[in-house]
Amino acid sequence: MLTYSIRRLILAIPTLLFIALIIFLLLLLAPGDPLANMPLTIPPEVREKMREALGLGEAWYIRFGLFLWQFFIVEPQYMIDAMFGTDLADGAQRIISFQSRSPVFDTIGERMPQTLWVVGMSYVVGVLIALPIGIISAYKQYSIFDQLGTLISMIGFSVPTFFTGVVLILVFSVNLGWFPSIYDTQLRVTDWDSFVAQMRQMAMPVFVLALFNASQISRYMRASMLDNLGQDYVRTARAKGMTEKVVVLKHVLRNSMIPVITVIALGVPQVFGGAIITEQVFKVNGLGQLLITAIQGNDIPMVMTLTFMFAILIVLFNLIADILYGVLDPRIRYD
Amino acid sequence: MTIKTALMGAVASLALAPMAMADGHEGERGRDGDLRIIYWQAVSIMNPYLSGGTKDLEAASLVIEPLGRYDPQGNLVPYLAAEIPTVANGGVSEDLTSITWTLQEGLLWSDGTPVTSRDVQFSWEYCTAEGGGCAQAAKFEGVTSVDIVDDLTVTVNFGAPTPNPYGPFMGAQSPIIQAAQFAECLGPRAPECTDANFGPIGTGPFVVTEFRTNDVVSFEANENYRDPNRPAFATATLKGGGDALAAGRAVLQTGEFDYAWNLQLAPEVISDMSEGGVGTPISAFGSLVERIEINLTNPSSDLEEGIRSTAEAPHPFLTDPAVREAMSIAIDRELLVEIGYGQAGRATCNLVPAPAIYASDNTACLTQDIDRANALLDEAGYADTDGDGVRETADGQPLSILYQTSTNAVRQDFQALIKEFWAEIGIETELRNIDASVFFGGDPGSPDTFQRFYADVEMYANNFDGTDPQAYLGAYLCDKAPRPDSQWQGENINRFCDPAYDAMWAELAQTGDLNERGRIGAALNDMLTADSNVIIPLVDRGRVSAHANTLGGVVLNTWDSELWNAADWYRAAE
Amino acid sequence: MTDPMTNMPAMSPPRAVPIEKARSQWRDIWAQFRTHKGAVWGLGFLIFITLFVAIGPLIWDVDATKTDIRNKNMRPFYTLLWDSEARFTWVKPLGSDNLGRDVLANLMQGGRTSMAVGWTAMILAVVVGTLIGVLAGFFKRIDGALMRFTDLVLSLPLLPLLLVMMLLFRDTLRATFGPETGIFILIVVAIGLTSWMQTARIVRGDVLALKEREFVLAARSIGTPSRRMISRHILPNVLSPIMVSATLGLANAIITESALSFLGLGFPSDFPTWGKTLFDSIQYMEEYPERVIWPGLCISFTVLAVNYIGDGLRDALDPRIRGQ
Repeated sequence: MLTYSIRRLILAIPTLLFIALIIFLLLLLAPGDPLANMPLTIPPEVREKMREALGLGEAWYIRFGLFLWQFFIVEPQYMIDAMFGTDLADGAQRIISFQSRSPVFDTIGERMPQTLWVVGMSYVVGVLIALPIGIISAYKQYSIFDQLGTLISMIGFSVPTFFTGVVLILVFSVNLGWFPSIYDTQLRVTDWDSFVAQMRQMAMPVFVLALFNASQISRYMRASMLDNLGQDYVRTARAKGMTEKVVVLKHVLRNSMIPVITVIALGVPQVFGGAIITEQVFKVNGLGQLLITAIQGNDIPMVMTLTFMFAILIVLFNLIADILYGVLDPRIRYD
Repeated sequence: MTIKTALMGAVASLALAPMAMADGHEGERGRDGDLRIIYWQAVSIMNPYLSGGTKDLEAASLVIEPLGRYDPQGNLVPYLAAEIPTVANGGVSEDLTSITWTLQEGLLWSDGTPVTSRDVQFSWEYCTAEGGGCAQAAKFEGVTSVDIVDDLTVTVNFGAPTPNPYGPFMGAQSPIIQAAQFAECLGPRAPECTDANFGPIGTGPFVVTEFRTNDVVSFEANENYRDPNRPAFATATLKGGGDALAAGRAVLQTGEFDYAWNLQLAPEVISDMSEGGVGTPISAFGSLVERIEINLTNPSSDLEEGIRSTAEAPHPFLTDPAVREAMSIAIDRELLVEIGYGQAGRATCNLVPAPAIYASDNTACLTQDIDRANALLDEAGYADTDGDGVRETADGQPLSILYQTSTNAVRQDFQALIKEFWAEIGIETELRNIDASVFFGGDPGSPDTFQRFYADVEMYANNFDGTDPQAYLGAYLCDKAPRPDSQWQGENINRFCDPAYDAMWAELAQTGDLNERGRIGAALNDMLTADSNVIIPLVDRGRVSAHANTLGGVVLNTWDSELWNAADWYRAAE
Repeated sequence: MTDPMTNMPAMSPPRAVPIEKARSQWRDIWAQFRTHKGAVWGLGFLIFITLFVAIGPLIWDVDATKTDIRNKNMRPFYTLLWDSEARFTWVKPLGSDNLGRDVLANLMQGGRTSMAVGWTAMILAVVVGTLIGVLAGFFKRIDGALMRFTDLVLSLPLLPLLLVMMLLFRDTLRATFGPETGIFILIVVAIGLTSWMQTARIVRGDVLALKEREFVLAARSIGTPSRRMISRHILPNVLSPIMVSATLGLANAIITESALSFLGLGFPSDFPTWGKTLFDSIQYMEEYPERVIWPGLCISFTVLAVNYIGDGLRDALDPRIRGQ
């Protein structure tokens, strides 16, 4: 398993470089213009000058090479400099956003806290409620609990968040006034009051997203448990006099986890991709909002950096999922 | 409160504005706590020279100021300058080739250093530096030099007589930046100065304390602001993101914010939201006109690239003025206003609806006349020969057109209505909407940009900076047409070409007398609209914003930044 | 499901023995399916909603895109129950929108598009996902390549991808199939081809585990060819995650379509869909809740119905459960 992991990690490098190239070419080919959001009162000659200043005049392979150089060499140097006070980078050009003309990693750093608080928390909450719901629904198939769970999760998945979010705002912000409708990204949790304020502003977006995540994961959990509950080994285990708890939570659960692990592992990178619509509805301004404004503004360095980081996480977590398969079911071997 | 009463309130406060500033709300600086503003488009940068985006300009206007601004009526008012230079007061030379500005005495930057004429000169150098990609370069077009006369006086010299010398240093687009702060940021080095671009040192009422890109900007009152009693607010927060609906809700329903910018919402939605009594919508009109532009060239995909949508292939029937006139009078503009803009829109037949001196008196198109439109088409020989409800040209080509616009709820409603109007006169319409970032982008590789115009008609809105439409009308000169060899760049998107128009525009560029300019401007406007219907103006679009009832002193200004007088804003009792 | 059961005996009566067998199997499945109340309800609703969108427009013969300004902002008939002052006309039983377009006709017309997009894109995604998942899980040689390809597609940002697809294929498709079918094909393919990855990874994970189970090893030891192994032993055992993927995929496709329309990448504005109607009506939600509730209910109930049918089918097709 160790050699397999190392081999996969080494193989990940050319994979990622290839992915980077494809994303870059895709962005290059996509129609759109960083100046599309500028007022029409700016004449074409001035626009042309502005495009040149953004470096759009260079050939694509030079821009791609420059991006890789900056991503893998310059930015880590700046990171080390910031941590240890060294001066490795020596003023080298960083990856600069077209929109704000500032280093993209600074902006990404600003966005991390709210993304982790809201999207990350909702994912953890979603997983934590999805697993027991899935298990109980499967164990007591067609009970009231199961029927209710099915109803809620199907509605949770099929009603878009742009709708549930606005309903929540109307009820809890406009009518009841319990929660703020606009997320304050500058709030720092220093004492009990600010912690309560943070919880209040997180409540609605976390609820919406957690419902969505839990719906999906609980469906897979339930289906997989149902498959395994009917297997012969369950009957054998029961016949051997094991308690229901051990049978269900140890044997069946372990064997049912493979599809669930897959779904969870696929979801983790998406946490860092942010939740575009929910962030927009609640004005969370996390990574999702950053990505969508960058795409709309054709901010190629920003989109490229974000999607590439996203790609790294996808490759990494799919590797973790593959390793976990082997842990859950030792019969699975890759060597 | 309905929009109507709100509007009346706005009009009243407009009239009273100069007096309101003087009465009642005086006090020491910073007495009113925090001012909370929400812009649903988030602010990316605080330097207008590096970004032309309206949201960025307006946020920057809280911090950095120009020599003079336009007031809500479009008049010029001095800001950093002691007075507005004119030919009459000797500030503008008789031959219209130079303008001399004098700064107010005793002005300080927010860091305590004095504002000098060097800063003014530097602002010009900064924007015209090679490789900087200055977004406001057009403001400085024709400027040959900016000379320092003394510490407080600068002269801007133009290469040719310039009847409107108020391009440089007027309005939110070209403020004065501090020479000391931006000295190392000229040309290609501009993006390296992140701190300066995010927190410029200014003369305005506020100073940036924290800047988060595309998210939120925090300000505090400028200790060195020229009026010791202003601003009334100690701090200000400018939050960005979300959508117009959420921004409107935060001011009109929940009261979380004091001011919401540009509420592009259906009129009934705004009036419903404002019933809560927490906030008030306000509106004002500028020069923004929603219009349909007609393609005089043939966009058919049967033609090969390089000929398609160029002057080499005239349009089979839209080159006929009768068809264009029929299309124009078939539209019920009042209905469009009612559906899309309510009190924040006015039906118009003009490309230049304001200022009053340039506005033509066309009203012919305002009444919908389907019968006359049909009669026009009958006379011109377009008949429905095969009985499918769509007319054909003499050589059998059906009058069916592709109608494109950017993606936007109001525009899609307009498309649906206009499609039906045109169906009534036997013109068949296919609708298409395109993502705004593609439509308004100038990507020469994309077939969907508004300049490339691979459609028969398209709809969007445009306006001009400041109060002079010369450059705006200059867009319709023959040589400004987008072509393959110009990488499809160019502002004359109809490919309109009339030597008489070009000649008259040249006359406008030579004329200094304001009344004469107004006459020529109106005539040019008529050549494009009422006389030829190459442009079908639909709605003169006002700006709708909203403020909390506890925020006083707001005067909506469409000729300059909306936040132009934030120094005068104060917390009012309910 | 019903077709083979009813048609097969009629078509080939002489070969009695094998047909007897097949018939009883399908009958068993149907019998088991009928015992699942949710599944029967789901099937009933699905037939109803399909008829509603397919035949509805023939009966309620109103053009969904026809504006009617005099009758704009009408309320549905049931608002009269609590508000006799409500603006209402029998011409618009479910009310009308801000341009006077008929809400009922909109639901029917929009449902046609949404259902067509949802089903086609979902089937495309499930077929591609299952195929890649099974191949990658079963054949070790191509596992690496297929999974790295999956990683690649997962990493691609959806919006720029769609913009590029529009740029490259829209005009060709429009010329070949006409504006509406052309854009339909484009959207279905775009949604389908960007949502198969989750199914593929889940199926692969299950296949990896199944491959090592005793019954597969037994089948292999008697020399069963790979194709038979996959169709007889592997596929039936990964059916339940596929069913879940299909249900979620249907909802996902309907909603993604609405997001695309919102971004200007979907159908033209005079082409209603459930998702788009829902999205456009959000701003009127307080005054006219019916405009969001009806399309919202249509989407949710359709997805719920498909989910129950999936549950019922899974149970019915599982011989262990059927035997009990």
